[in-house]
Amino acid sequence: MARSPRKPDKIYNLQNGMTRREFITGAAGAAGALTLLSVPLDRLLNPVKPAQIPAEMANTDEKVRAWCMIIDLARCEGCVTENTPPQCTIACLGGHFAPKGQQWIEVYTAELPGGGTFFMPTPCYQCENAPCVNVCPVAATYQDKTGVVLIDHRRCIGCRFCMAACPYQRRFFNWGTPELPPEAAFAQYSPIYPVPAVKGTVIKCMFCLHFLRMGKLPYCVSGCPMKALYMGDLNEDIASNGVEVVKLSRFLDEREAYRYKEYLGTKPRVYYLPGYGQTFGRKPDDPRKLLPVVWPWGGEGYNRRVGIWPWGKSPK
Amino acid sequence: MFRGVESPNERLQRRVLAPLFSTGAGYRAFVLFLVAVVAWGVYAYIVQVNYGLMATGMRDVVMWGLYLVNFVFFIGISHAGTLISGILRVTHAGWRTPITRMAELITVVAISIGAIMPIIDMGRPDRVWHMIAFGRLQSPLLWDIISITSYLAGSLIYLYLPTIPDMALMRDRLAKGTSSLRQKIYTFLAVGWQNTPDQRRRLDKAIGIMALAIIPVAVSVHTVVSFVFSMTLRPGWDSTLFGIYFVIGAIFSGIATILIVMAIFRKLYHFEEFITDKHFRLLSYLLLTALLLYLYLTFSEYLTVAYKLAGEEKQLLATLWTGSNAPWFWLFVVAGMVVPAFLIIIRRGPVIPRVVTAAVLVNIAMWAKRFVVIIPSLQVPLMPFEFGAYAPTWVEWSITAAAFAAFILIFTLFAKVVPLISIWEVAEEQEKEEAPAQETREKQQPAMRPSPLGRRQV
Repeated sequence: MARSPRKPDKIYNLQNGMTRREFITGAAGAAGALTLLSVPLDRLLNPVKPAQIPAEMANTDEKVRAWCMIIDLARCEGCVTENTPPQCTIACLGGHFAPKGQQWIEVYTAELPGGGTFFMPTPCYQCENAPCVNVCPVAATYQDKTGVVLIDHRRCIGCRFCMAACPYQRRFFNWGTPELPPEAAFAQYSPIYPVPAVKGTVIKCMFCLHFLRMGKLPYCVSGCPMKALYMGDLNEDIASNGVEVVKLSRFLDEREAYRYKEYLGTKPRVYYLPGYGQTFGRKPDDPRKLLPVVWPWGGEGYNRRVGIWPWGKSPK
Repeated sequence: MFRGVESPNERLQRRVLAPLFSTGAGYRAFVLFLVAVVAWGVYAYIVQVNYGLMATGMRDVVMWGLYLVNFVFFIGISHAGTLISGILRVTHAGWRTPITRMAELITVVAISIGAIMPIIDMGRPDRVWHMIAFGRLQSPLLWDIISITSYLAGSLIYLYLPTIPDMALMRDRLAKGTSSLRQKIYTFLAVGWQNTPDQRRRLDKAIGIMALAIIPVAVSVHTVVSFVFSMTLRPGWDSTLFGIYFVIGAIFSGIATILIVMAIFRKLYHFEEFITDKHFRLLSYLLLTALLLYLYLTFSEYLTVAYKLAGEEKQLLATLWTGSNAPWFWLFVVAGMVVPAFLIIIRRGPVIPRVVTAAVLVNIAMWAKRFVVIIPSLQVPLMPFEFGAYAPTWVEWSITAAAFAAFILIFTLFAKVVPLISIWEVAEEQEKEEAPAQETREKQQPAMRPSPLGRRQV
């Protein structure tokens, strides 16, 4: 920029003898100094440490996994044949002390084009192009290197933007202080095992990453009486439901696997194998319905129901 | 002071400054009432912090509610200032001068109230600083923060700059005594204004720059507010039209708000002389323009969806048109589009009651419209389950009432500190009208000449 000749009446301040240029450079310098000074202050203001992962859950596996889940809809009977609520959900909420109302893996009764119904277990789909991770304003939700979408409940601000962004409705919010059994308090929190749930934050299925790292199957997979759920590794091309081990790519291909709402481009890591329960002979007019999930510790979900007075309504 | 015949300028000063020097019992009672409503809202918020968002009607399916509706509504009406004082100043619309101050005040107050709403909505308000410490620029919420804080800062400057000569006027008037604290405040705010030609020229230039700069910032604000919704894969939100749809909606409700505020202060502060039928008429034409634009956008938005009836979108339209959200939707269509359009087009009866009725209806309808945009899209099931339920609780209604009360309260308090009509600008305009011969050359220039920067002769 060409320097124009100085016009003293314009840019020279008689009172403290400072030109505009000096003022601007001075202000920029001061701002820079303030920024430098604020660095230790930032540390001070920032007590949030990266969440600690207990040693036994640490990833000892050298290989990078790409975890995925395969749900065999042909086998899933919603546990109506067992005459129990869906066992995957029961195993999950018992293992994670999920607050009442949160079914991290939920079984829906979905309709078939021909008029029948089928049972559809829905965990978090751990999308590769995860809309929830994209919109998080504070990076509280993120993907670990195995592709599992995790939430750091020490950072989450509870804006619920991720819930609005999730096209599968697989995220839940801890609307109050969760009512949990006393043993939940002994759990050591980490993003891969978010127990106990933190009030005012978003929570969801995290593929039981704490188990996967120890070489165990997730609660839902081992809890399924039909062995309809498989845990797989896309990198090693292998999957297991705890009883059999399959070659993943061939298995998905032969069974004509699909992903829910594939057209959205979210690339879920959960594959469905169509089949609609033929194995067990479910007919379109089967009267047996899903049984509602019961939380063993009961309660209202979040303690203290709200009334107009500060102490609230007393729980009945 | 008022010897002989009052000059127009003296009368202007007397009228405009009168409310600043006298405070009636009614005013105090009104302020007290507003403070009580705000205090009740604060109590409701304390209850909410205590129990968590359990205290609201929001749940896992419909996870956003009234707070976000209020957020979009208040950010929307903040566009009043930009339109009236930014766009009309840039286009040299001389009639704007008596209403610019009020419009700019609406902007500043509305944006402050609007910006608080997402914080009230947060599950962890204690962690609001995470937004700064760990902010991710990839998130539309960060765009909101940047845009809204810029707009707030810009509007504050833009509100303050044209008040400087009026602050100096207050300072000089108060020099004769009364409260020394007030005098000190006005002396400080007047920043040594002596009305020298050099100062006038600089002020004009600064205001001109701000008038231009604030327009893109205002457009960006409501665009990124819409992005919070349109960046998701929800039915009704997944739309490329949302940016301009929200901006036009904001200008629409902004004009309606300025009309209401004008009418109230015209009556209360006896501004009949300065704010005339002409202002209401001209603004009503602007309102009609915004209405027609909004109608057009609404039509495009819904027709493109209704023609295709894609899965979830069909469910959304069903709930909007005939389902549980139909009252809200048709309230918006009838009270926000049809009735105001007829009230403005059919020019029968006195202009002010007619236009103000339209403006009130528009504001009610636009609040309903924000509800219609946010809630039904969340209710539509994305998985094989039932429609989501949402019934706001007393906590949400209390905080909503408190937000409106706070808006009026801040405005009412401001009205006692700052002259609500920009005295020097109106005086300048009066002089121009009295000396039309000098102005003919300038008036022959096309009205839409863009840059007023420092070109105006003082």
